[in-house]
Amino acid sequence: MSATHAANRVYHLPEEPHHPEGHSTYLGFWLYLMSDCLIFAILFATYAVVGGNYAAGPSPKDLFDLELVALNTAMLLLSSITYGFAMLEMVRGRKKATLGWLGVTGLFGLAFLCIEIYEFAHLIHLGATPQRSAFLSAFFTLVGTHGLHVMFGIIWLVTLMVQVGMHGLTAANQRRLMCLSLFWHFLDIIWIGVFTFVYLMGVL
Amino acid sequence: MCAAKNSAAKAHEHHHDDAAHGTLRGYLIGFFLAVNLTIVPFWLVMARPLDGVFDSHIPVAIILVVFAILQIIVHMVYFLHMHPRSEGGWTLMALFFTLILVIIVMSGSMWVMYHLHSNMMPSHDMSKMDATGESWIPSQQPFPAVGAVSGTVPVVE
Amino acid sequence: MYETLLQFLPLIFGRLTLDSFPFYDPIILSTFIVVASGGSALFAWVTYKRLWVYLWNEWFTTVDHKKIGIMYMILGIVMLVRGFADAILMRLQQAMAFGGSEGYLNAHHYDQIFTAHGVIMIFFVAMPLVTGLMNYVVPLQIGARDVSFPFLNNFSFWMTVAGAVLTMISLFVGEFARTGWLAYPPLSGSTYSPGVGMDYYLWGLQIAGIGTTLSGVNLIATIIKMRAPGMKLMQMPVFTWTALCTNVLIVASFPVLAATLALLTLDRYVGTNFFTNDFGGNPMMYVNLIWIWGHPEVYILILPIFGIYSEVVATFCTKRLFGYTSMVYATVVITILSYLVWLHHFFTMGAGASVNSFFGITTMIISIPTGAKIFNWLFTMYKGRIRLELPMLWTIAFMLTFVIGGMTGVLLAVPPADFILHNSLFLIAHFHNVIIGGVVFGLFAGINYWFPKAFGFKLDRFWGLVSFWCWVVGFWVAFTPLYIMGLMGVTRRLRVFDDPSLQIWFVIAAIGAGIIAVGIVAFLIQIYVSIRDRAKLVDRTGDPWNGRTLEWATSSPPADYNFAFTPVVYSGDAWWDMKKHGYQRPLKGFKDIHMPANTATGVILSLLSVAFGFAMVWYMWWLAVLSFIAILAVSIGHTFNYKRDFYIKAAVVAKTEDARTRFLKEGL
Repeated sequence: MSATHAANRVYHLPEEPHHPEGHSTYLGFWLYLMSDCLIFAILFATYAVVGGNYAAGPSPKDLFDLELVALNTAMLLLSSITYGFAMLEMVRGRKKATLGWLGVTGLFGLAFLCIEIYEFAHLIHLGATPQRSAFLSAFFTLVGTHGLHVMFGIIWLVTLMVQVGMHGLTAANQRRLMCLSLFWHFLDIIWIGVFTFVYLMGVL
Repeated sequence: MCAAKNSAAKAHEHHHDDAAHGTLRGYLIGFFLAVNLTIVPFWLVMARPLDGVFDSHIPVAIILVVFAILQIIVHMVYFLHMHPRSEGGWTLMALFFTLILVIIVMSGSMWVMYHLHSNMMPSHDMSKMDATGESWIPSQQPFPAVGAVSGTVPVVE
Repeated sequence: MYETLLQFLPLIFGRLTLDSFPFYDPIILSTFIVVASGGSALFAWVTYKRLWVYLWNEWFTTVDHKKIGIMYMILGIVMLVRGFADAILMRLQQAMAFGGSEGYLNAHHYDQIFTAHGVIMIFFVAMPLVTGLMNYVVPLQIGARDVSFPFLNNFSFWMTVAGAVLTMISLFVGEFARTGWLAYPPLSGSTYSPGVGMDYYLWGLQIAGIGTTLSGVNLIATIIKMRAPGMKLMQMPVFTWTALCTNVLIVASFPVLAATLALLTLDRYVGTNFFTNDFGGNPMMYVNLIWIWGHPEVYILILPIFGIYSEVVATFCTKRLFGYTSMVYATVVITILSYLVWLHHFFTMGAGASVNSFFGITTMIISIPTGAKIFNWLFTMYKGRIRLELPMLWTIAFMLTFVIGGMTGVLLAVPPADFILHNSLFLIAHFHNVIIGGVVFGLFAGINYWFPKAFGFKLDRFWGLVSFWCWVVGFWVAFTPLYIMGLMGVTRRLRVFDDPSLQIWFVIAAIGAGIIAVGIVAFLIQIYVSIRDRAKLVDRTGDPWNGRTLEWATSSPPADYNFAFTPVVYSGDAWWDMKKHGYQRPLKGFKDIHMPANTATGVILSLLSVAFGFAMVWYMWWLAVLSFIAILAVSIGHTFNYKRDFYIKAAVVAKTEDARTRFLKEGL
């Protein structure tokens, strides 16, 4: 064997330590999420600092429609649980059910995005544009960045659905679905911060 | 084919046994808790049941923050399957480090900027405007046109 | 007809016109001619030698951490020449512009130069050199075959290149920022900097920052997941420890930079009011945010360098590093404390006594772990058998120089003193003292130390000595006058001076810069001479310095797979331990080795990012949209490729290892 013995010490294992493909993916993706978390921290901090500067323009009380926000929150929360169902089906190895739940998740995500776009369009129509005041700049940027993340999440979801459709629930695809699941639930966590600090506290 | 898939799945679970996928029960409990932790804050703000109870908004704000923190923990446990031993504890350590930094960045920025505001911008003290925002900005008025407040508007193409 | 055609040009070229090319400036024009002819000569040579296919297959598309590390180093050295050229231009201008003389640089050009100097030296010299060394050395030190995410590594490198390319393009197409290296608003806002310079700055840094963040994620995962069997955390080489902490800092601070620059970008492109003077914007918030990134960045640069010194001191004193545990703890403490000191960069902005005292005290506290490190190195040298090879010389010069820089730093940490010294040349002298005396000296120590590992032959000692002495002497001649003038109240970034009594100091400083220039040239000659005399300088053993850590356990240069068999680790200083126990290199029984496969995606994404950045800078919206869609498409397309690995056959491994056995015997 290749093991080298020296003073009773084995300096090489008979079996090479095997790093299977994707052995670091979970950790690496988690680290990426942490870095993304800090991007949001900066946006929240900016909102906290300049969010009260209305520049004689509209304030949150003039603008925010909590019923709409509640509906949006429901969409995202529902998409979280349906993604969970997709993961459960994935573990059971049921491809069609997995794809089905992923599709439902994507539709909820899309609904969330549409409501948000409607909200933005409405605000801009009122004259509450991102250029109007530092408060609105910070608001549009924070909420919009979250929305952009959801959009990329949906693009990623569709890509994964295609890949699962092509290759099935292989180890690589399972790993990818798990990363997207982390991403998707992470976005829901950010949204908790958004609806609490921006919307609810804004109209308090 | 099917066996290959199963073994692949097994191999996968073997490598990621710490990154658990959760159970239906777990997801449902998490969902139930999350829904309640969402509905209560919305109800507190929309129906205003506590308006007569407290003099200021601060107690309600604190309740909102507590609910948000609780819900974040619920999501971490039931949806993200955070686990103290996942990846040898590195994910939890990364999370704690990030949380510390988030707290430093946010509270530090607010502290520093509060002092900068009050020292360097005394003429229009924005920080005071926050507390009594309503009385400063008549919300019923139509918004003034852009540019009316200050002469220079950055020109953007 | 012609007129109507002209009307359509902005649709295609945005705000890029013929006037955007600085034909009017003889200095830039002649630089362009030199760069263009040099570039064409290089291109012609590579074509003549038929090297393109080789470069593409073996280097550009590689996922080998060693080759990527070397490419980072080349990028850093090329950009060092550019950044240093800026320094010389500034020193000459300031030495000349007295007594009514305007010097030879107009304000528009001079302001670009000091901005570009700072940006390039930090982002495209120091960062690539540090990342390059970590990339090359860390996997070898932990006994791994590659990093955790080899493709990501290639992609990160090429994104850094894309940022550098965009910054270099600004020299000849349009202009660069004129705001100073951190681009404080409102000066950097669209009102006061309407030109393309700031936009080059924003997109160049944003694109390079993506690469930096991802390479941070990659190296953390590598260190956590890929260590050789048996290697506990507290047995990792100190350089690996500092690399771990550095990459934690990168992952935790570069997103802050990205977000802050994005907000400024929105101010400039969309007209939002984050950092404007109107509509509730607050420029001070930018300063606050950028330094939340900026201070950890300082430690991103210096921590791995501390690791290099630790390795060098232990190796060349032939002694175990004194206080390994305290060294690790000091590094971790610095990592955390580096997030608690950012305000000391703007004591004078007016946060008041309570805030300033807090940050003044934290700043002084952070000097304690750093001081502990210095003592550890000194105690390692104490009663050691010191070999004054080049890396050790750089280390000694570092200790003498850096301590002065550290002390002036503590001086600046006292808020009342800072009120006098803020933005003065004293500050300039201080941070050059720690960056040159700390980071640059350490990089040269590291390059001289690991060069034989990377290429199989040592660097020439004579030219190394010339480079060493020129740098050390040149540094002190260049920056002592700045300390003195700073104490006298001379501020930074000035183009002309009224007081003729100051001129002598600037002349001395310019002479110092000239001596450093000789040092840089001597370094390039050192590389050239070493390649020429490589037969004489050859390192057959793979362990030319009698090293202590695992990278010296394999051949110089290491084979693609690094280690034919992954070593098992029993203690710190793993290779020293193996040598002590009479380790014998295995000569047979080789197996297939699993390796990642090359890919062109990184290069393609980098090219598209340059196109995207350029389009955004010049408002060529069609190109921006097209290149963005292309970036998305290529990224998604890449995920459809599931075959990303291959096996090096046992026979090939055996052949490589046999060749090494013969090579070793020839040396005996």
